Parts: sequence; structure tokens; C-alpha cells
Amino acid sequence: MRLLILAVVVMGYTPALFGQNDLLDELPDDAGNYEVIQTFKGTRLVNGHTVETKSASELEFIISHRFGRLNSGGYNLYGLDDAFIRIGLEYGITDDLGVGIGRSSYDKTYDAYAKYKLLAQRPGVPVTVTLLGSWAYRTLKGIVDYEPEDRMAFAAQALIARKLSDRVAVQLAPVWVHKNLVDTQEEINDLLALGIGARASVTRSVALIGEYYLRLNPHENSPYNDALGIGVEIETGGHVFQLNFTNSIGMIERQFVSETSGDFFDGDVHFGFNITRTFQLGR
Amino acid sequence: MVRSIFLVGLLFFQVYGFSQRFEVKSGNITFFSDAPIEDIEAVSTKLSSLFDKPSGKLAFSVPIREFRFDKKLMQQHFNDKYMESAKFPVATFSGDLAGYDQSLTGMQQVTARGELSIHGVRKRVEIPGTITVKPDEVIVDATFVVALKDYNIEIPQLLWQNIAEEIKVTVSVVYKRQ
Repeated sequence: MRLLILAVVVMGYTPALFGQNDLLDELPDDAGNYEVIQTFKGTRLVNGHTVETKSASELEFIISHRFGRLNSGGYNLYGLDDAFIRIGLEYGITDDLGVGIGRSSYDKTYDAYAKYKLLAQRPGVPVTVTLLGSWAYRTLKGIVDYEPEDRMAFAAQALIARKLSDRVAVQLAPVWVHKNLVDTQEEINDLLALGIGARASVTRSVALIGEYYLRLNPHENSPYNDALGIGVEIETGGHVFQLNFTNSIGMIERQFVSETSGDFFDGDVHFGFNITRTFQLGR
Repeated sequence: MVRSIFLVGLLFFQVYGFSQRFEVKSGNITFFSDAPIEDIEAVSTKLSSLFDKPSGKLAFSVPIREFRFDKKLMQQHFNDKYMESAKFPVATFSGDLAGYDQSLTGMQQVTARGELSIHGVRKRVEIPGTITVKPDEVIVDATFVVALKDYNIEIPQLLWQNIAEEIKVTVSVVYKRQ
């Protein structure tokens, strides 16, 4: 009988006992193994690409501009009289695969590229890896009559980035630039370089960006320099504004990796900007 | 001895055999931002929730990354800039239903009182809604407003015309016996 009473009492209390437990603790852990997003805000750091690809059906319009050299004097309004421009489009076929086209005023060059995000950083995966393949075609009418294939250059690049915190991301970007025909004897057809870049947030919308392309095997008498760029990035919803200073006037691999003529520390610095606008074309 | 086995059996039956505990069968959470320049809506169908019928206790856990937006970039900014979902992966609610009569079936007006946690900030809230009790199903519906500043979610000045300061949240869940 005593047992029965005990049982009834316990039964009576059971729901109450359960009630005292926090139900929340019994829910599954929903933290998930999600991939890291927004390692960089833009598809470009300064001149070079970042690991970011556009999401499926997103179209990015990108307009990039480099003025002349800051050290060109007041007569030239410190470079503002000159302008080099690239207009481009990048489209996400899937969340990981994108294609782009562009036209640079420098050498009247057309370019096209494909970009594929091979690996995304997530718990257990330390880095995001994106592969880039690009093609460029100079249409400038020169002194010499170039054959079409002589006007072409190609680049292959592996972009490897890690978002270190919600504020800082770093990137390593080895690149191989191949030119079918070089302009001078002081250039080589196949140039290897290592891109190093970083982005650090100052506020939630403003960040500092920097990038350096170290040429690994330049011709010993190469008249060119390694490309260096630093800048400020402002992200406002659909737009990314990047205001930058770089010793390069080119905005595609051939031009900035292998043909950067300015010496940054001698004042051959170009003020410039990249402005992007992203449109969602479908779902 | 037989009696005690019976009693222990009865006890287990009560606790496990015919559960008074309900879990999500299907559900969705929608939020809506109505700002001068644009309306933004996001939906998630991935949520976990438990409802304890005898006590009227209710708990929700909603993964932030599962919200889907029409614009992917907006979804990324939502996670990265505003909700900081890498740091605060879920929004939760834990509380009980006031005005809930467990002996009734059919729809009744209730108020969920408890703690809402969003973006790592916990607040005591009262959320009016309805509960519909059927033999093997419970349906919970609620609509409420969340003020972003209450949860330390800051909208940059540049974007105040794009994102409302108060977000309307609609929750609709069908539960089945656990």
C-alpha cells in the first residue's frame, strides 16, 4: 500500500519534474557545420581576384578605374588627367561556379574568365580554395601587325583564403601568366608570381585592403615591378566601393602581374577605385 | 512483487508510452521588414521545437543560417553583418503558455511568456498567439514584432531606408507526438 501511494505521488510529480527541466536543453544542437561566408566582400581585392564567387543567378557589374601617377605633378593634376578603365560583368552559374567578361582601355584588351570555388572553409576545413582561369586579348593596333594568337595571354590562379575572425581575412594566390608573345626581350612568356593579400574590417561597413604580387621568375633585366595595392573598402548592401592606391594601371592578370611599370615607393602610384553592383537575376 | 512491477510499468507508460511531449512535424518562421526603399522577407522551415502539453511549456531553436532570402547577397549580409550567425548560430525561445487550458481541445488564445534570445541577447517577452489541440497534433501560430535595437542589431545609417527598425515575425508550427 505504501508503495502504491509512493507510486501515485511520483506519477503525480512526473510531469512537474519534467516541467522544471529546461525544454531548450533537450532540443538538438542547431549550430550546424555551415560554410564560412563573406571571407571578402568583393570579387576583387585591389587588382587581383578574391576567393569570392557570385551566388547562383547573381550578376555583378564592376567598373574599375585607375588615374595617372600621383607624382606626375600639378600640371597633370597629380594623375587625375589620365584614366585607365575596365568595365566588367561577372555572373554566378551556380553558387560555386562563375564566369566573367571585361574590357580594359589599356591596350584595348578584352578578357574572359571562369572561377570555381573548389573548397569552402567550414569547421574542419581551414581554407576556402577557388580556381581561376582567364584569357585576355589585346586589340590595340600596334606598330607591328600581330597575328591574333600573338595578342593573347592566359592566366591560371589558385586563390587560397582563410577568414581568421569576423574582421580579418588573408589570402595566398599563386598565379601563372602565359603570354603567347612578349613585347620585349626583357620579358618572359611564362611568369610565376605569388599574390599575398588581406582584408581587415575597421567598422562593419569599412575595411582596409592590401595586396602584393611577388614575381618569382622575372627576367633579370625586367623593366617591370611587383604590383602593390592598398585601399579602403566600403560595403553598402548591393554595392562595394574600393578606393585604392596601386603602382599598376592594369586590372587583369597579364597587366598587373607581369607589366606593372610603376615603382610604388618612388611615387609612381595611381589612385583608383573599383565599384561593384550586384543584381539578383533569378532565384 | 507483481504489484510493484505493474506500478513501475505504469510509471514508465505514463512517461514514455503515451508521450505528452510534442515535437515539430512541420513549421515555418517568416520575418518581414517594411522599409521606405524595399520590403525584405525571409523564410525558414528548419526549426526545432518541443511542446510539453501538461505543463504548457514551449521551447524553440531556430538556426539563423537556414533563413532564405530572395536575394542571396542579402542573405549573406543578414548572416555576416547583422545576425553574426557564426557567433550566434541560433535564436531561441523558452517559456510557457499563459491562459492555456490543457483540458480543452480546439483553438484557444494564449500568451507565450518566456525568454527570447536573438543575436546573443536574452529578453523577457510576451507573445500572443493561438494553440489548437487535436488528438495527435498541436498547432501553434503567433505573430510578433522584434525591435532590432533590443537585440543589439545595428543598421548602418547608409541602410536605414532599406531595413526596418522593427521586424514582424510570424511563426507557424504543427507538432506531432514525440
